[in-house]
Amino acid sequence: MALTKLDQLYRAVILDHSKNPRHRGVLDQATTQIELNNPTCGDVIQIQLLVEDGIVKDARFEGSGCTIAMSSASMMTEAIIGKTEAEALKLAADFSQVVQGKAVENEEALGDAMMLSGVSKFPARIKCATLSWKALEIALQDKDNQGTAGQLKHDE
Amino acid sequence: MTVNEEKLKQDFPILSQIVNDEPLVYLDNAATTQKPRQVLDAVVQYYETANANVHRGVHTLAARATEQYEGARETVRRFIHAEETAEVLFTRGTTTSLNWLAQSLGDAVVEAGDEILISYMEHHSNIIPWQQLAKRKQAKLVYIELTKDGQLDLADAKAKITEKTKIVALTHVSNVLGVINPIKELTKWAHAKGAVMVVDGAQAVPHMPVDVQALDADFYAFSGHKMLAPTGIGVLYGKRVWLERLAPVEFGGEMIDFVYEQDSTWKELPWKFEAGTPNMSGAIGLAAAIDYLEAIGMENIFAQEQAVAAYLLPKLAAIDGVTVYGPKDASLRTGVISFNIDELHPHDVATAFDMEGVAVRAGHHCAQPLMRYMDLAATARASFYVYNTQADADKFIDAIQKTKEFFSYGLN
Repeated sequence: MALTKLDQLYRAVILDHSKNPRHRGVLDQATTQIELNNPTCGDVIQIQLLVEDGIVKDARFEGSGCTIAMSSASMMTEAIIGKTEAEALKLAADFSQVVQGKAVENEEALGDAMMLSGVSKFPARIKCATLSWKALEIALQDKDNQGTAGQLKHDE
Repeated sequence: MTVNEEKLKQDFPILSQIVNDEPLVYLDNAATTQKPRQVLDAVVQYYETANANVHRGVHTLAARATEQYEGARETVRRFIHAEETAEVLFTRGTTTSLNWLAQSLGDAVVEAGDEILISYMEHHSNIIPWQQLAKRKQAKLVYIELTKDGQLDLADAKAKITEKTKIVALTHVSNVLGVINPIKELTKWAHAKGAVMVVDGAQAVPHMPVDVQALDADFYAFSGHKMLAPTGIGVLYGKRVWLERLAPVEFGGEMIDFVYEQDSTWKELPWKFEAGTPNMSGAIGLAAAIDYLEAIGMENIFAQEQAVAAYLLPKLAAIDGVTVYGPKDASLRTGVISFNIDELHPHDVATAFDMEGVAVRAGHHCAQPLMRYMDLAATARASFYVYNTQADADKFIDAIQKTKEFFSYGLN
């Protein structure tokens, strides 16, 4: 059956992150937080970070969206906690490459998030995977922003 | 005569393709419909034999193009049973039609403190123009509630149509719930209180016989692309008495009588509203689409869609975890079916369906207030049309079963 092709997208580990999300919730002491939505589908994600001494000490996400968006956010929090801001931004850049089907040097650093590479075969779903990572980039680049970043831009 | 979908399907070149190794089953007709060869041919033939700018030239092609363009207007008039062609304005689509009205009718009849009445089941294109008008005029935008099963709450409608109400703008058929609203009755109530009745017919005209005089609505808007015609062409019907009174929204060539340095006068109806070179090929394509639909018969098309709904609703109700939105009585609906499966997000559902070759829409369907009202983030939506066969309906049910299996296997 043609649904077997779905396995490329919905790997078991992705479904697991969707069902048992890591770091979903709210931080008591966030240093920066951001909300980003995708106006084409209505998905919304909130990212909270605790950044101290240039290191992402903790992270949480909340929001509503599809399996891909939610599992990607869960995987992202796992990948970035304990990393420096620069490392986290590099991971976001790498992830953006991976979901477009491009190779990156340090695949291991992305951890479970590498499992989303299959999304490159589903162009309509790439933005589902990148929503939380775009929110992360905005949060790290604009640390004074404590509210909403508005909507995902068309070319992101 | 009944509808022979198998035979009709052969008129649509796009439908014969393979998508993701599966034969395409196109069930996104509420978004846009596919175009039969007859419509495509009419557009090509216009460009190959008649193209010129209308209403201006004295040469042969200009006369031919004008004749075909105005002939298309007469086809539309006959199709919706308008009294005269002067009441049929060509627009870009329903959205443009409703924006024109919010602008021009809004300026003519709405003042501060007045009320504009819409409902919770409107498409964004029948919300935002009125919302912005209300803000501009310090008027109040009032929403009619829905019943639990997704019908317009008629008691609430009746109570909210008051002397303060200047415009009642309602959809004839909901693009999410598929429910058909009793426009004739609502129009009576609106008129009894002196309000103007505006109808969004985008999801009605393609699917059922519509007689604008019988409905007695003051304005009626619809789009060509949802009824087998090309994109970029639509219609705004208005009663002559209103169109005479309203000012044009757009200015420029084609719509003028005399132009002076400091003032101008307008052409007679309907051209007063059609500034600039119109979408001639679109209008001709729309007329060809109407010819095609009329050959099948709008009564037959409506009966077929209600039969599809009657076939599917019990089947869907029998599948554990499937929720269908809107009334369960098929006689109240068209072939639009919005649904969710278990806790699955509709985007995941739509991707799974796509792998089965089944094209459905997922999201908020340009109806965010309705989604919020129903406490939903989004739904999946299958919408049927004349070329969808019994096999398509079965494939749809099959895709639901397979999607359920796939995700429960993965999730458990």
